[in-house]
Amino acid sequence: MTEGKPVSEPPVAVKCLVWDLDNTLWRGTLLEDDEVLPFEVVRDVITTLDERGILQSIASKNDHDHAWSRLQALGLADYFVLPHIGWGPKSTSVRDIAERLNFAHRTMAFIDDQPAERAEVAYQLPEVRCYSAEDVARLTALPEFSPAVVTVDSRQRRTMYQSGFRRDAERAGFSGPDEEFLRTLDIRMDIARATERELSRVEELTLRTSQMNATGVHYSDAVLRGLLTDPAHEVLVITMADRFGPHGAVGIVLLEKHPAVWHLKLLATSCRVVSYGAGTTVLGWLADRAAHAGVHLAADFRRTDRNRMMEVAYRFAGFAEADCACTGALAAPGEEGVERLHLTPAPQPPPTTLRLTAPELADAALPHSR
Amino acid sequence: MTISSEPGSHTAETVAQEVQRFLEQRTQQTWDPDTDLFSTGAVSSMFAMELVVHLESAFEVVISGPDLALDNFRTVNAMTAMVLRLREAQR
Repeated sequence: MTEGKPVSEPPVAVKCLVWDLDNTLWRGTLLEDDEVLPFEVVRDVITTLDERGILQSIASKNDHDHAWSRLQALGLADYFVLPHIGWGPKSTSVRDIAERLNFAHRTMAFIDDQPAERAEVAYQLPEVRCYSAEDVARLTALPEFSPAVVTVDSRQRRTMYQSGFRRDAERAGFSGPDEEFLRTLDIRMDIARATERELSRVEELTLRTSQMNATGVHYSDAVLRGLLTDPAHEVLVITMADRFGPHGAVGIVLLEKHPAVWHLKLLATSCRVVSYGAGTTVLGWLADRAAHAGVHLAADFRRTDRNRMMEVAYRFAGFAEADCACTGALAAPGEEGVERLHLTPAPQPPPTTLRLTAPELADAALPHSR
Repeated sequence: MTISSEPGSHTAETVAQEVQRFLEQRTQQTWDPDTDLFSTGAVSSMFAMELVVHLESAFEVVISGPDLALDNFRTVNAMTAMVLRLREAQR
């Protein structure tokens, strides 16, 4: 009972809700009334969604400075990331927001009192879920806005994104080689064995991480919990931080150790840390540890339309199709479309752009007994 | 130094020129056709992804599976050879 379930029907959690302002967030029209006030329930809805780790943004047809200063006066401005206040089509705003956040359209939601605006967004972006302003009061009760677990990372997700945008701005203003910039960030990566407490962070991550989910195989909380006590499996959680603040839990590794081969069943990293080479760093560390333990590496990989980065990371790390005797110990990939890649690992130099701390894996690998 | 975008019009020379132009623009340094990009530390894994995407769109090829080997991206010459081979195969 160690294999995961296919991701054919993942819970469709909303990761970002985009708000209209006039007659949706506040009562009335700002152009006609400088003193507009939010609908009674709105403040509660905004803070509740924020605590659940659902990001919120704005697509409003208004003068930007006017509307933004009103949101500041109401004490609401800080809750929003990437506000789009202007006169362009709202579908363009929602699309831009999704692109900046690196979120799939099916994880985006849009709320607006105007049927025509909802229709325009729905026509251009059919996967975005649209809600009428009348839905505001019941939003927090809907399953798509009710994540199963709320962790320390969900509560600080918005601020993590906000410091992320400051990082990006600094990066854009930096005119040197990539690696030099990364070194200025003072990045730390910590790989640690998952504990019961951390598993909920992991579970949330596997649900939220779409772009980089390497295997396309979903491991439920129950399955992962079971593997925590399995001596043959390693469940590892990756956290990162830099001088701008914590990134939180950004990745998960599920590894099964056989005598001659370590089987990498799952490697997922958050799209927020893709640009710091998180996947590559983890693969390099695993290759190094496997080389020292004298074992090969095998990895399951299913190509999706969102995990190209991970395919490149695997391939650039040297993983390839290979007929190696070591994989005889492994059950065949349980699902259609899953490739089994192989690496004969070599010792790796330590990462140059971040400081890595990680547990020793080899000791627990041998002898292989239960 | 205009590069024609007409399919089938690329030669080793024009591919290499375009790759060098892109590298220079993104790394603010010039690259000899045989210099190892990855050994110098000027290129991160993120940039490797950009390279893949750029080569695909600039030369209308698909780079997947075994072709994504790091050695195919190590130098301007290696990328040029791969692009020409894929253009031939995927025509």
